[in-house]
Amino acid sequence: MAAIQFTLNGKPQAVDAVPAMPLLWVLRDSLGLTGTKYGCGMALCGACTVHINGQPMRSCSTPLSSVAGKHVTTIEGLSPDGDHPVQRAWVEEDVPQCGYCQSGQIMTAAALLSKTSRPTDADIDEAMRNNICRCGAYQSIRKAVHLAAQYQAAVKPARGGE
Amino acid sequence: MSPVMTFDRRGFLKTAAGGLLLGFHLSRGSKLSAAVSDNASGNVSDNKLNAWIHVGTDDYVTLFIHKAEMGQGTVTSLSMLLAEELECDWKKIRTEFPGIDRAFGGNQGVVGSQSIRSSWQPLRQAGASAREMLIQAAAQKWGVDKDQCRAENNAVINTATNARLSYGELAEAAAKIAPPTGVALKDPSRFRIIGKPRKRLDTPEKTTGRAMFGIDVRVPNMLYAAAARCPVFGGKVASFDATKAKSMPGVKHVVQIPSGVAVVADNTWNAIQARNALVIQWDEGAHAGLNSAGIRKEWVELANQPGAVARQDGDAAGALAGAAKKIDAVYEAPYLAHAPMEPLNCTADVRADSCEVWASTQGQSSALQEAVRVTGLRPDQVKINTKYMGGGFGRRARADYIGEAVAASKAVGAPVQLTWAREDDMQQDWYRPASYTRFAGGLDADGWPVAMTSRIICPPFGGMRNGVSSTATEGIADSPYAIPNVMVDYHSADPGIPVSYWRSVGYSQNTFFAESFIDELAAAGGKDAFEFRRKLLQKSPRALAVLELVAEKAGWGNPLPAGRGRGIALVNNIGSFTAEVAEVSVTQGKLKVHRVVCAVDCGHVVNPSGVEQQIQSGIVYGLSAAMKGEITIDRGRVQQANFHQYDVLRIDEMPVVEVYLVPSQAAPGGIGEASVPPIAAAVGNAIFAATGKRVRKLPMRVEDLA
Repeated sequence: MAAIQFTLNGKPQAVDAVPAMPLLWVLRDSLGLTGTKYGCGMALCGACTVHINGQPMRSCSTPLSSVAGKHVTTIEGLSPDGDHPVQRAWVEEDVPQCGYCQSGQIMTAAALLSKTSRPTDADIDEAMRNNICRCGAYQSIRKAVHLAAQYQAAVKPARGGE
Repeated sequence: MSPVMTFDRRGFLKTAAGGLLLGFHLSRGSKLSAAVSDNASGNVSDNKLNAWIHVGTDDYVTLFIHKAEMGQGTVTSLSMLLAEELECDWKKIRTEFPGIDRAFGGNQGVVGSQSIRSSWQPLRQAGASAREMLIQAAAQKWGVDKDQCRAENNAVINTATNARLSYGELAEAAAKIAPPTGVALKDPSRFRIIGKPRKRLDTPEKTTGRAMFGIDVRVPNMLYAAAARCPVFGGKVASFDATKAKSMPGVKHVVQIPSGVAVVADNTWNAIQARNALVIQWDEGAHAGLNSAGIRKEWVELANQPGAVARQDGDAAGALAGAAKKIDAVYEAPYLAHAPMEPLNCTADVRADSCEVWASTQGQSSALQEAVRVTGLRPDQVKINTKYMGGGFGRRARADYIGEAVAASKAVGAPVQLTWAREDDMQQDWYRPASYTRFAGGLDADGWPVAMTSRIICPPFGGMRNGVSSTATEGIADSPYAIPNVMVDYHSADPGIPVSYWRSVGYSQNTFFAESFIDELAAAGGKDAFEFRRKLLQKSPRALAVLELVAEKAGWGNPLPAGRGRGIALVNNIGSFTAEVAEVSVTQGKLKVHRVVCAVDCGHVVNPSGVEQQIQSGIVYGLSAAMKGEITIDRGRVQQANFHQYDVLRIDEMPVVEVYLVPSQAAPGGIGEASVPPIAAAVGNAIFAATGKRVRKLPMRVEDLA
């Protein structure tokens, strides 16, 4: 079969695999990018969230074939040094406990801030309610999203984004 | 202690009291020390000052965290205990998970909220001993008395000359010094680190995707596996046809393992796809007819017969008969899955004379035993590598998933990572047992309780003695309330569904039952729920203190908006005392928990911010169970497979949580399981306050409140 080509964290990537294989497993098992997590396999928990053309998507339910020609960003590519405003806010608020869901939480929050620069609590609920955290770090997540919005405003007074 | 024993730096042995004692050292040549040296590991073990501490010539301090990290903050809190006495620079700390070593006490694992309790003394001792070695090394270099030297911020200072030698400069010399014993520990008034909020050491790597969980392990030539297990508990493979599975992309092997059939492939997805294509005839065994309604029916009947006595104070039956007012009630809780975010998985590399395991596990020692059992190798031929856990909650204390990966690797002769799909994780759990409990209570003419009886029907899951499972009865049999006549009895009813520890164990359901029924007694006696408890806790000062603190902080008795109610509940488990007040509303068919105030006395606090995280975490875990969690059985099978059928609390349902700590110099208690038990009762009692409807069955469903 022909290799499927897409842009991964800003670099061209070709993958020769079953076209139906979910992007999650391509990232984790074929490409060794293990920051994106398997949680449910049914787009129910959000642990596998990546950005596809800037949109937050569940990689566990995204066939490899569907990302051909698109831009995929994973937690590893969100920022060069872990200093995206959301990551800085996550560190400042000390959000993670077990940490397993946090790649997905961070990617969802980053996508939210890229289109809503000063989210309300209701915006955060709407964007983040499908990201499960079994450690229950929700209160810290909410605070950290608000803080990230402030960090982002300080970096980019106009409109946030990747 | 024999005078012929010589020192080495790894001989930490258990004392008779169960604690660890630094300074009971054995020579490496002795028979016992050969045993204690088994399975040692660590990248820098040669120059370690003791089992927990290595100082590098680069001035960095490596702390070996012998406990595992599942989010409860052990990496940080145990580092704080070591660093407090070691006087090292917090910015120069690195941490590693060491292998299994008897120096760590013989049974490595994280269960029962024990990490701080069991580490509080030995880790401070280890820090102090290592610090003394560094001081002695400096004193030798300067040719002065060690009393003239003190340690400060990763260096030893000569107090006469103000000369300074960094820990890095002293590392090699210090490693040659015999570890001193019985070094005096700091008075708590001098603590610089313990008791002050400290950010987690693992946060940076958990925000960049770099943190290595068990499922992230990648070793050369590794294959990926998934297994099919009998959907009925206790069933076995009768026969299977792997023809189709073997023809699927990437499939390398299909092998039978003790728990079922494993497909080994070139990636996890291919393994799961081929696993799903296996055609297996199961011998479903004795439990194929089990269903939830049938289990409950048996328990309802059992509740009419006396059980084994768990507690008997006075004459409960007589006092009940003579009571001015009598009430009774039945409470029920379902089976629950643990559902940690990281599905179970393990990576194993079994060879002819060795076995290496990489696992996110709560039980490193039980993982070792399981690998030994499956491979037939000696313990010293097995190496366990501890990885971060994406949650554990008790599930990862079992070693079944370790044994499966080891069996698969042994069968195919290659390193194998065996991952459980979410559905496997949910349907092949060791569940929190369901429970059925009948209460009766009697009040005197003034509305104060004279008698209470509790009959618990629950599968046994540990601590069986005289027909009573201590874990199945805890939270009821150890009630702190002063009621003169008490009878608690228990029926061990085991339908055959695997059960085990689930965050806070028996308290998880029994505190809901007991704290709800106490509320019923208060209401029946016309008493305020807080004042009623307060009077009955006069002889339990620590329980009383958290009760009074939570009431004060929650504004107990202050008016609430229309439609809202407050409920209160408390627990004394894992050596700690925790009280919670929930504020809820039930409006337009929606139950909402608005605010939870929690007061906790967990003794001496090591990391206040870690305690707050765990309190919040436990409240969310308990709310998920109280409002949503239910595992049901049909034809011997679990009916829930994934989060659409086993929902958990989401961010939009998160109440505002406030945490207040009672200052305490008491020995540390646990914290990971402290806040789970009271929340369901606090919410249920608040629902009663808001609506007059009493919740007696979990999960709470709004339709039941109509």
